[in-house]
Amino acid sequence: MEPGEIHALLGENGAGKSTLMNVLYGLYQPDEGEILVDGEPLKLRGPSDAIAAGIGMVHQHFMLVPVFTVTENIMLGAEQVRGGIAGFLDRRRARREVAEVSERYNLRVDPDAVIEDLPVGVQQRVEIVKALTRDVDLLILDEPTAVLTPQETEELLAVMRSLKAAGKSIVFITHKLGEVKAIADRITVIRRGKTVGTASPEASRDELAALMVGRTVRLTVDKAPATPGEPVLEIAGLVVDDDRQVRAVDGVDLTVRAGEVLGVAGVQGNGQTELIEAIMGLRPVLAGTVTLDGQRIDGWSTKKVLRAGVGYVPEDRSVDGLVKEFSVAENLVLDMYDRPPFGRGLSLRPDEIGRSAAERIEQFDVRTSSADAPVGTLSGGNQQKVIVARELSRPLKLFIAAQPTRGVDVGSIEFIHSRVIHERDIGTAVLVVSSELDEVIGLADRVAVMYRGRIIGVVGPDTPREEIGLLMAGITPDATGGSPDDGTVPTATTDPDVAATADADVSSDAGTQAITDRDVTATTDGVAPAPEGSEDKKA
Amino acid sequence: MSERNSQPSSPDKEPASEDQAARSALGNTERAEPANTPGEPEPHPTLGRLFLENLWAANTFTVTLLSLVLAMLVGAVLMIISDPDVLATYSYITARPSDAINASWTLVSEAYANLFKGSIFDPAATNADAALSPISETLTYTAPLVFTGLSVALAFRGGLFNIGAQGQATMGVILAALAGFLLPLPPGLHLLVAVLAGALGGAIWGFIPGILKARTGAHEVINTIMLNYIAVYFLTWLIVQNGVQDPNRTDAISRAVDSSAQLPRIFGEPLRAHTGIVLAVLATWAVAWLLNRSTLGFELRAVGANPDAARTAGMSVTRTYVLIMVFAGALAGLGGSQMVLGTTAAALTPLVVAQIGFDGILVALLGRVKPWGVALAALLFGALQAGGNRMQSYSGISLELVTVLQALIVIFIAAPALVKAIFQLRAARAARLQTSLAKGW
Repeated sequence: MEPGEIHALLGENGAGKSTLMNVLYGLYQPDEGEILVDGEPLKLRGPSDAIAAGIGMVHQHFMLVPVFTVTENIMLGAEQVRGGIAGFLDRRRARREVAEVSERYNLRVDPDAVIEDLPVGVQQRVEIVKALTRDVDLLILDEPTAVLTPQETEELLAVMRSLKAAGKSIVFITHKLGEVKAIADRITVIRRGKTVGTASPEASRDELAALMVGRTVRLTVDKAPATPGEPVLEIAGLVVDDDRQVRAVDGVDLTVRAGEVLGVAGVQGNGQTELIEAIMGLRPVLAGTVTLDGQRIDGWSTKKVLRAGVGYVPEDRSVDGLVKEFSVAENLVLDMYDRPPFGRGLSLRPDEIGRSAAERIEQFDVRTSSADAPVGTLSGGNQQKVIVARELSRPLKLFIAAQPTRGVDVGSIEFIHSRVIHERDIGTAVLVVSSELDEVIGLADRVAVMYRGRIIGVVGPDTPREEIGLLMAGITPDATGGSPDDGTVPTATTDPDVAATADADVSSDAGTQAITDRDVTATTDGVAPAPEGSEDKKA
Repeated sequence: MSERNSQPSSPDKEPASEDQAARSALGNTERAEPANTPGEPEPHPTLGRLFLENLWAANTFTVTLLSLVLAMLVGAVLMIISDPDVLATYSYITARPSDAINASWTLVSEAYANLFKGSIFDPAATNADAALSPISETLTYTAPLVFTGLSVALAFRGGLFNIGAQGQATMGVILAALAGFLLPLPPGLHLLVAVLAGALGGAIWGFIPGILKARTGAHEVINTIMLNYIAVYFLTWLIVQNGVQDPNRTDAISRAVDSSAQLPRIFGEPLRAHTGIVLAVLATWAVAWLLNRSTLGFELRAVGANPDAARTAGMSVTRTYVLIMVFAGALAGLGGSQMVLGTTAAALTPLVVAQIGFDGILVALLGRVKPWGVALAALLFGALQAGGNRMQSYSGISLELVTVLQALIVIFIAAPALVKAIFQLRAARAARLQTSLAKGW
């Protein structure tokens, strides 16, 4: 690493990027080999050694206390005290320091804001400030863009540039090729724990992807035009609360037809999760209807919904999708264990389960040492393939995939995408929810953008990314016939900067692509509440 | 990356497969072990050497055995300290060390010899009854522990901590006894009804925390503990009621169970072993089948390992919680019923269930929450109990030492890192980072 350099570490999931960085940050101990800082070998016994050596890390999952303020979070672990033995916290000094660092690198972090009120993008900047106040020279960013909107990602890249200008070195871990090319000075590609090559940012995406995976991969999804048939899933006026009893889905209308992929784009936390869970019967429907093939399914148990021919890939595979301690074979029948041929009456039939597992491991290219290996020992991509294999190995009317490729390596993404398109082509209605805009655009025949519990637009997949990105941030071009209060939404965004910069773009972009409202169907049947009624609760 | 961050931090997400359960139950002893073995290109290690190496590696069996050894060592020290005569020889140990060593050796070796003679075999036995007596005693103590151990283990596999086996066993003993002396039924049927009444009593007492957990989320640990108290004091109250209390007695003892409702003896009089142990073996087999070969067991293990995924896959987590607690309660109730239907006692007294519910927790832990493991652990505890009786009467070592030994064994097993450090086992490095079940409790 050179001073003032942005070094991208690129690799598939499970390639060892994070492990390497955790070693660098002192969380893990190296078995052999050494780390050199300014030519000196460095022995790290823990993160405090790393911090002392000028290494800071921003984890993929933020390490912040939600109910503390920004300043308190930054003080944490390096509390400034005054008053000698009495040890009063010196909040004022810490606050000054935060403000100063935030100012110096143009990070725009309010020292007094409470973490849980801040959008993820800002939380991430808090993490960066936290690292910078510890006087680091080398900053490790572990998959920093995974949770950000395209606009927030842009801002992060700008922050990284200003850090670089200030002479800080950055290790940027990611598997997103576009960002690497946009910002990195040097790229190291890691595969299966080994450096397989270094590349300059001028290398093409395909070259980088090939290096990562070890073979050539197709990055775009090949597909024929869709031939949509009858509506399979119809949602009207759906209202759902989240776990904290806060309205999460606020009057959503959607239709998915047989043989088409409807993509739902949106920044995480805008009600997509709750929408899907409500369809699956995992969350109570407060108002509105969900209809599958003309049959009301709201209020059904999850088992009944699954039995009715719905396949479901949940968004968080390790929490909702798999039982990690179970074997691959057991996970492959997790929602079919009690149906023939896997179960008869009270008894399981392990031979049938094993036989079908062997077949599907083959068919879906699951890389596992055996069907009896605990699924937790598989890489993320292969775990995801187990879920996809499970859900796609029975006849479906509707296939719902939430974040189907999150944390999945490039090779597996390619495979999963092709299976999704295959499912569409055999006439299944497909609903894909993803916060990865590229994925939605690549897979979907129509893109619905969800913002704050509503569908604020349904557009074609050839709509420019920027426009969808703006929709994701809640900004509808005025030209479209959105609800009257859409115009006020930008001022309500938690990050005024995004809104402000975005607003300028709107004026030039607005209206060039009309938002097609055709599928925001008005199939309300009297149960749907007035959408305005619940708006107040948000504000 | 997400994998790294989602280490099983809560006990609710622990065991699923047999192996997994075993590991997470008692501090993953051999997780990184397989990673080391296949890669070693050692040329032609002899079979014997391989066997020894594997034996000495930190597997669960070795750790259990060594825990037993360690517990007995500590026990020996306690015996020496608590015996004033032996302790006196230590005051002049520098002058005549042989006195201290001899006295200690005699004391400890005799005590442990009696422990052995009381539980397994007495070489001095002259007739068949005397030769079978230790085994008979061991089996008598083992049978109820198998049931309560299974009760705790089954619940644990379903992600629930059943601390209430004691209360469930108490309700079991109450209903079994009532059925035993109140119902005038023919032999055979009477026994069947009494046994089932015991299971029913436990099942009801398990159902209550189960339904509370499922419907309201009330934590089963709190509720089962509270229900333990209620059950014990209900028993105390019930014994002195008219129709229950023995009419010829003034102290707290109930009428005796009719002989038609008593479990038949295996070896005949005077040996105490009764058919409860047969039921225990059947129950072990049934629980093993239920867990590993039934759809219900699949649900139960899935809910135990990851309730979110189970729910997403269409299983009813709440229904499963209730079922788990009902089954666990029924098992504990069966264990309790043996305390009056077997040969231990024939009438209810306030202490009739002894500690079998709490010992069941230890047994489940020691058996690493696997059904057959539980049966073996119960056998060990039963043997310690039976041997402890003889140790008390022949060597004058108090029976409480046995309880201390049991506790020590479990402590050493719950802290495998300690055992491995003491014996310098080829420990898996990663194992040190793993949490043990003991922490989860």
